[in-house]
Amino acid sequence: MEHILSILIFFPALAAIIGFLVKEDSIKAYGIVVTAIVFILSCILWYNFDNAQAQMQFTEYMELIPSFGINYVLGVDGISLFLVIMTTFMTMISLIGLNEKRDLKNLIISILFLEMTMIGVFVSLDAIVFYLFWELSLVPMLYIIGAWGAKLRIYASIKFFLYTFLGSLIMLVGMLYMGYIYFETTGSWSFSFLDWNMLALDYNLQLWLFAAFFAGFAVKVPMVPFHTWLPYAHGQAPTIGSVILAAILLKMGTYGFIRFSLPLFPDASVALMIPMGILGVIAIIYTAMIAYAQEDIKQVIAYSSISHMGVIILGTFALNVEGIGGSIFLMISHGIVSGALFMLVGMIYDRRHTKMISEFGGLAKVMPRFATIFAIMLMASVGLPLTIGFVGEFLSLLGYFRVSPTLTLLAGLTIILGAVYMLSVYKKSFFGELKNEENKKLEDIKGKELVALVPLVALVIFLGVYPKPILEPVDTSVKRVLQVMQVKAVNEETREKLAKLNSIKEHE
Amino acid sequence: MIEPISIDLASLNIPSLVPMMVAIVGALSIICIDLVNKKLDKSLYIVLAMLFLAVDFVTVIGFNGAIRGFFDLMLVDGISILAQAIIIIGTAFFILLGFTKQRFQEQRYPEYIALFLFMAGGFQFMVSSDSLILILVGLETASMALYVMIAMHNRDRAIEAAIKYFTMGALSTAFFAFGAMIFYALTGSVELSKISLVLVASEFENYGVILLGVVFMLGALGFKLSLVPFHLWVADVYEGSSAQLAGFISTVPKIAAFVVALRFFEIFVSVDNEWVETILFAIIVLTMTLPNLIALVQTDIKRMLAFSSISHAGFVFSAILIESTQATIGLFLYWILFALANLGMFTLLWMNRNKAQKESSDNQMINYSGLIKTAPAFALLNGLFLLTLAGIPPFSVFWGKMYLISSAINNGYMILAFVMILNSAIAVYYYLRPIVYMFFREKIAQKETIIGTNSTLMLKVIVASCAVFAIISVGLIDILIETISFYVQISGY
Repeated sequence: MEHILSILIFFPALAAIIGFLVKEDSIKAYGIVVTAIVFILSCILWYNFDNAQAQMQFTEYMELIPSFGINYVLGVDGISLFLVIMTTFMTMISLIGLNEKRDLKNLIISILFLEMTMIGVFVSLDAIVFYLFWELSLVPMLYIIGAWGAKLRIYASIKFFLYTFLGSLIMLVGMLYMGYIYFETTGSWSFSFLDWNMLALDYNLQLWLFAAFFAGFAVKVPMVPFHTWLPYAHGQAPTIGSVILAAILLKMGTYGFIRFSLPLFPDASVALMIPMGILGVIAIIYTAMIAYAQEDIKQVIAYSSISHMGVIILGTFALNVEGIGGSIFLMISHGIVSGALFMLVGMIYDRRHTKMISEFGGLAKVMPRFATIFAIMLMASVGLPLTIGFVGEFLSLLGYFRVSPTLTLLAGLTIILGAVYMLSVYKKSFFGELKNEENKKLEDIKGKELVALVPLVALVIFLGVYPKPILEPVDTSVKRVLQVMQVKAVNEETREKLAKLNSIKEHE
Repeated sequence: MIEPISIDLASLNIPSLVPMMVAIVGALSIICIDLVNKKLDKSLYIVLAMLFLAVDFVTVIGFNGAIRGFFDLMLVDGISILAQAIIIIGTAFFILLGFTKQRFQEQRYPEYIALFLFMAGGFQFMVSSDSLILILVGLETASMALYVMIAMHNRDRAIEAAIKYFTMGALSTAFFAFGAMIFYALTGSVELSKISLVLVASEFENYGVILLGVVFMLGALGFKLSLVPFHLWVADVYEGSSAQLAGFISTVPKIAAFVVALRFFEIFVSVDNEWVETILFAIIVLTMTLPNLIALVQTDIKRMLAFSSISHAGFVFSAILIESTQATIGLFLYWILFALANLGMFTLLWMNRNKAQKESSDNQMINYSGLIKTAPAFALLNGLFLLTLAGIPPFSVFWGKMYLISSAINNGYMILAFVMILNSAIAVYYYLRPIVYMFFREKIAQKETIIGTNSTLMLKVIVASCAVFAIISVGLIDILIETISFYVQISGY
């Protein structure tokens, strides 16, 4: 049980290496079995997780390069626990719903390696090991987009790789500098986040380091104006690539903000609350408008992804329990919902080999089950109460209301704009006359597609009605992060501000 | 009556000479054996060379005698032992690449192996000396051997490459001689330690002349290290030589030149001499950036690797500017990791050498299309080495890069750190291009390239061990840092 995190990380990789021996016709079953085992392991992790404890649990420590302070430190707390579970869950679901036929073996093995890197990002507590998994996740994704993608796939995959790589390198400089500061202060080298948490940094230094880490995280989220790689990557990627990209890889950026930027640079985070909020609001409104103008249904969902990530950033930089808790819940919900939406688009693409909205119309007549599930996911994406999407959005906006009511009002437009473009897409594709001859012969979803989608629908409704199982451990850990920020803040005004954000009283 | 000159034999410190002597004796014995019996197989000579290098290595590692020797000509301190070890192991690996399936012209002559050993001996002298004259002798021995070896491949491109390397190398030797002459004129000594004492004591008067000497020496060392603007020979020489030699040139001679540069520039950088530091900084930035940009447009993989190796050399040369212990450790760490990755990469190119085809078409990237389907093992290994050289964690070269960037940050060279990471990002683009051809594109039907025309078990073992090393290097970094740090610190760097 102490090594469960290492097992979670390296079991998919081991399975990937041995997977070369499995024959091509059985490799999909192999992939599903392996990801199912990893998912069950992550559920066991959840079962044994102590909700009341705010510290890191299941920690592991092994020396890697002790003379330079780089050690293999793992740990999970309320913030990362559900991201790990969502990673394993969405990987399993995406493999169940997989409809790709070319070079299946290479694809499944790449997905298993990718799973290893994704879990590694969420549980590593050493900055350089975190960076290692962060960068390594780019390689399988590059291969998946580049080999199984659409016409412009090489451009899309290389742009994705280079853009993210450059941002991460700037983050690396920030990490190395932080390690140097630790060495100067304490006399010994360490890149472990737990050790860094004890440093109180000078304000200007915090701003610079925040900017360095921002470069890495902002490209990954993606925040406007660093978002231009995402529509291409989604547009050209195969379905499974899009699902994993949207569901999990984007969350690495926002997770990085909560895990690193907030506790390590509290004064900078507080000072930059409004600017980050403005960037979030721009992302929400601008990309929502672009989504409305798209003709390709996958691009609509891609831009809506960026829009929702804007809400997550808003929630994170509300710097109170509601906001950060809401943003984490929204990460999970966005993972499930956008994963489902991309899978649905993939299913219609498999049948019609087009993603243009103009080619569809009246699909609800021939594919009622598909239309129903799409509608449920649409409602969840928009943020209808009693679906999973509402909880996260509401909490994030509620949290940020304490910071700036005006920005929150603008951000609330996400609900309206989201409804606009999503309902418009739905109307054009599903309602109306069945004009196109091709559409009349379409088969409804069945079999493995239903098996993949039904759990997602169930989660959308269940967690929408009863979000407590997730919110409880998240709250505990988030409270701790805020406490750490309060203690470590160097400026007095930071402390005052944080206290104000986290209390209901108008004046202290 | 003249007093008899009594030289105490012990003061000569013969053990400091033994390693080089072993290499040279080995070379001579190979030549003698060939004189006696002309029909012996190349494998005999390769294995003999291995034996001599093994003895050489043991004497280097086991050296614990006095540092100075032979009338103060020899200086066998920590970095000299470290560099000699790298030189010997590098030479050994590249000699082993001689086990090929096809027969090449240079393998007909055992002198080829003898020249390898002479080269090793020459480089060993170069790193084990403080005296500008002995450094020049070692440099010339090794370079002459190398010029001949490139030409022995007996193709048009190879002879062209050898002549280009020779003419520019001769020019650089002349630069070295001029530089040594100027420093002798200024200080009355050719020993770097004495030069440093005199210059510091006189507080660098005659600064103009000193700078002239620095520029000449920079030209000489810059040629060997392929720094901009002395890098123009690299692409043509790499393209013309066989992959075995190209790989060798990219790793072993450079470490020897790095050690000499380390010794020489310490005089100036340790006293924070502004002019010299500025010149070095400009050269480093240019050497990292310019070849990266040129490599972006290459279609021949060997030329791309040539330009990328110039960039790597520039990256490492920054350690000489930074001049802290951590930077020097980083220099050796990076070079060991880079050498093993380059060894793997060039061995893969060597395995595809097809005598039936025109040499220039061997290495066009377009030939690599769709290899993941036709030759998956080769494509995977090639991709692994390309990613390793690009600096993707957790593969070996990333740790060296990280260590050097960290040493730049720790000593306040923030702009340099940013230039380093910018160039890493640019480099990724051209390292990804062969990967795009191999993994993302379909095979081009009309090109019937055959992969592995030249491969033998030995080459496959070498590639496999380099690949394994690249993957598991994380666990070995600590031991490497400890060992290197021991040797660097006992030499006072």
